[in-house]
Amino acid sequence: MIELTIYGIVLGSIIALGSMGLTLIWGITDLFNCAHGDQMTVGAYSAFIFTSLFAHLNILQTKVGPFSFNWGIVVAFIPAILISIMLAVAIDRWVYQPLRRAGVHSITGFIASIGVAWALRGVVYIIWGADFHFYNQGLRPTIVFQSGIKFRVDEIFIVIVSWLSVLFVYLFLNRTRTGKALRALADNQSLALVSGINVERMLIWAWSVAGLLIAVAGILYGIETQLRPEMGWIFLLPLFAAVILGGQGSITGALIGGLVMGIAQQVSTAWLAPSYKPAVAFIIMILVLIFRPQGILGRRSR
Amino acid sequence: MNILEVQDVVSGYGSMEVLHGVSITVEQGKVVTLLGPNGAGKTTLLRTIFGLVKPTKGKIFYKGDDITGIPPQEMARIGLCYVPQEENIFPTLTVQENLEMGAFIRKDDYTDRMEEIFSFFPDLTDRRKSRAGDLSGGMRQMLAIGRALMLNPEVLLLDEPSTGLAPVLVDHIFERIKFLNEQGVTILLVEQNAQALSTADKAYIMEGGEKKAEGPAKELMANEEIGKHYLGR
Repeated sequence: MIELTIYGIVLGSIIALGSMGLTLIWGITDLFNCAHGDQMTVGAYSAFIFTSLFAHLNILQTKVGPFSFNWGIVVAFIPAILISIMLAVAIDRWVYQPLRRAGVHSITGFIASIGVAWALRGVVYIIWGADFHFYNQGLRPTIVFQSGIKFRVDEIFIVIVSWLSVLFVYLFLNRTRTGKALRALADNQSLALVSGINVERMLIWAWSVAGLLIAVAGILYGIETQLRPEMGWIFLLPLFAAVILGGQGSITGALIGGLVMGIAQQVSTAWLAPSYKPAVAFIIMILVLIFRPQGILGRRSR
Repeated sequence: MNILEVQDVVSGYGSMEVLHGVSITVEQGKVVTLLGPNGAGKTTLLRTIFGLVKPTKGKIFYKGDDITGIPPQEMARIGLCYVPQEENIFPTLTVQENLEMGAFIRKDDYTDRMEEIFSFFPDLTDRRKSRAGDLSGGMRQMLAIGRALMLNPEVLLLDEPSTGLAPVLVDHIFERIKFLNEQGVTILLVEQNAQALSTADKAYIMEGGEKKAEGPAKELMANEEIGKHYLGR
């Protein structure tokens, strides 16, 4: 049970990273970006490009402390994040911005984002094929406590990196002028416009934050499990549930929603077959929405 | 001097024409009020002046310059600020952050101005760190006005600041508006509440997208026919 909770927190932290970016974009543009999961896949594979390169050049191959991975993956975070940010901004510029300009309904953007998702996954399949890939081969060390509770050492790294990223974004949104303007924009777009806040310029920031978080989520998920082209697309369901649970546009809500989803899914496997995990997540989501239709921290309907 | 001049403006939303040719003038340093029932086009007129709605005909002048069709974010730069009637705060931001957003386009240090605004609305001072969405109706209106004041506007466009407030708070808001005017801010005030006349120098009465009467506020108040017809007396 405790083991499942620990694993739930690990998974929940990764879900939270993905859902924060998703809800930020949703809050500002009313777009529910279905490509977010596949952007996560691209983030994970971008890091794989660099770990493969480092392996080929035989540099940065020393293991990091007690963890299963080497310094290559730690360094690979940086270029992978940059690629992910550029991809996010480019998708918005070339796909969603023209749709916004045309003033289409948000459902059109939703459908378009499914198209983007399939396109991204297609590219991943073309380049890397359908096989599983690993950042590092070999054993994954575990810690076993006297009480019999055990977990993988890598999970400590995953939780720390997740929460550092969350802290970073929290500080950005609450302490900087740009971050505050992003929150203002999600709060009340017409008033932001009246205050002279440039919506399109702010959106570049929003997509950059989303791109950063989703790349970190993708790499961490890759460390925890393995790389496969469907990893992000399947991950979209818990992201979706976490965001809805938290309430549209609520960053803190997405954080809580992500943790709830991660823990609930894992703990449920104590009684149910693991294949029921997504169902458990959605039952919780539906129950919450029956009693709080706006989500845990969502805005009340206007 | 006329700081703001609206000439024969025709405007509306899509194919729905709301204003059928309205002209008003606002003199520098005065309080001018637009009175009229719901649907008279008062809000549309404010939104048209501020560039949120594009007029199909007519012109708008600010200090003698044609500002017709200038986007709203430019308005803030030239000295016009607008306080919408509803949804005029950022609910999940704190009071102080709301004021900071009001000063978003200012590149200079605006801490003095913020303190000044807190001194205009002392009630807000204790609530600096509170979420704006948790404020009472009266405080929200003060915050909304405070946000618009962060840019030291020369003209403040106010849309029904008395909506939904208890009479004692309405008095307080109008008293604050008078005070701001004494500080040199020109005010164009949209109201349904005839009490606004007592604060105003000049008034226009609107109905059905047209101007029905205009004149010094005191005269309109004294006019029996207007009182009966439009002011509910």
